[in-house]
Amino acid sequence: MRLKESIVVSASPEQVWDYLEDPANWLHFMSGVTRWEVRGDTPSGLGARYRMLIKVGSAEVGGLVEMVEWDRPRDLAWNSVTGVDQRGRFRLREVDEHRTRVELRYSYGIAGSGIPGLISEWVSAPTISSHLRRSLHQLKRQVEHEKLRAEAARRRAEREAATTA
Amino acid sequence: MGDPTTLDTDASTNGSGDYERATASAEEDTTVGITDALTGIAGGLTGRLAGAGRALASTVGNRFAGALHADLDERDPDYIRANLPTLWLATSIWFRGEVRNLGNIPEDRPVLLVGNHSGGNLTPDTHLLTLAFYTYFGVERAFYQLAHNLVLASPFGPILRRYGTVAASHEHAQQALREGAALLVYPGGDWEVHRPTWEGGKVDFGGRKGFIRLALNEGVPIVPVVSAGGQETALVLSRGDWLARLLLLDKLFRLKVLPLTVAPPWGLSVGDFLPRIPFPAKLTIEVLPPIELTEQFGEDPDVDEVYEHVTRKMQETLDSLYAERRYPVIG
Repeated sequence: MRLKESIVVSASPEQVWDYLEDPANWLHFMSGVTRWEVRGDTPSGLGARYRMLIKVGSAEVGGLVEMVEWDRPRDLAWNSVTGVDQRGRFRLREVDEHRTRVELRYSYGIAGSGIPGLISEWVSAPTISSHLRRSLHQLKRQVEHEKLRAEAARRRAEREAATTA
Repeated sequence: MGDPTTLDTDASTNGSGDYERATASAEEDTTVGITDALTGIAGGLTGRLAGAGRALASTVGNRFAGALHADLDERDPDYIRANLPTLWLATSIWFRGEVRNLGNIPEDRPVLLVGNHSGGNLTPDTHLLTLAFYTYFGVERAFYQLAHNLVLASPFGPILRRYGTVAASHEHAQQALREGAALLVYPGGDWEVHRPTWEGGKVDFGGRKGFIRLALNEGVPIVPVVSAGGQETALVLSRGDWLARLLLLDKLFRLKVLPLTVAPPWGLSVGDFLPRIPFPAKLTIEVLPPIELTEQFGEDPDVDEVYEHVTRKMQETLDSLYAERRYPVIG
């Protein structure tokens, strides 16, 4: 099953990427994800591995995934190593100077599971779609919040500098 | 999967996994049992009927011997993985299953999972736990379930073995734990799984404590697994333990019960052997924190004290799970 959702974030691609590249943030914005743990010595970047689980129906489904594409600040993709077959991709494209379109693509399934596999993909698709949509909304909220905080910190520093002068 | 069962004294004697001894023992028991029964019921008509009984006993004994001979290598991760969607569909749609706190199961060491058993021979809570375990830890992690000999001798036996189900015996249990696996046992076994539906909120191991000795001998923690709702998937009217005794099933097949069940679409069923449509009751499973026996109960733990502790913890959890439920079946 292949699913796709997108959203426009009021931030530059670099700002979105800065947020995405920290694996500690993924549990905050990825809806339905119950685990996103670093596995191995590389916490982020190409080849980084994570154990991820997402709650769907009666089970937490997922497995070990590996980052297979890391093209700052444009594309980030992961592939499954063990567990459910899955491939995910964040695609960041600049809309204008201050906005970025973030697209989240996700495909999943279990090879060789036959008709029950197809039915379960079809049955779970609305839940997964909803998780993807909510993840993007939470990502937008977090990135824009971080951007505001960074700007506020910059203004505060300028004021303090002016006062000192 | 199937009917993971107890590790009581009978199991350690009859289900030791010793192929030849099990075969000889089964034939001897069944021959004596059937002859005695016929003598008691029909007086001098033992001749021809006893011959038929011996033939039946021999057939069943051979079948049991095959079922008891378990190779842990029969667990097939690829088969399990390919069939996860089927389990997921059944447990998500029909039973609206929910499994909580799987993270309480230690990840990188052998562990003994001890559950309360519900739902008659279909054991839907076992299917839910199996699915949840394999999706959470991955099919690569070895996970075995002990089952009653009759379950493995049934037509579903070959399928269940591929999921990691093995005949209940101390030998198999030790072997699984020594290989670093997670092992699921239901001490209440057939006694608990066929309790009347209105006793669904009761943990009833029937005083079986073999699992504690196993955990102590192997130095593994016990992780209690409490499930609610399973007994509402079947309408069990009676365990039928009196009927099992009358028919000598306890001696022939280690069957302590012969339950009377309302089994759609058949109506009333005796023995719960026919495939039936389970009621779509909501299933909830909660995994409790591991109990490290020597840490909590000293170097030489008292088995009765541990038994009381484990069953009390499980009963408290089951009470709270049932307190969340507003209606039978609906949940």
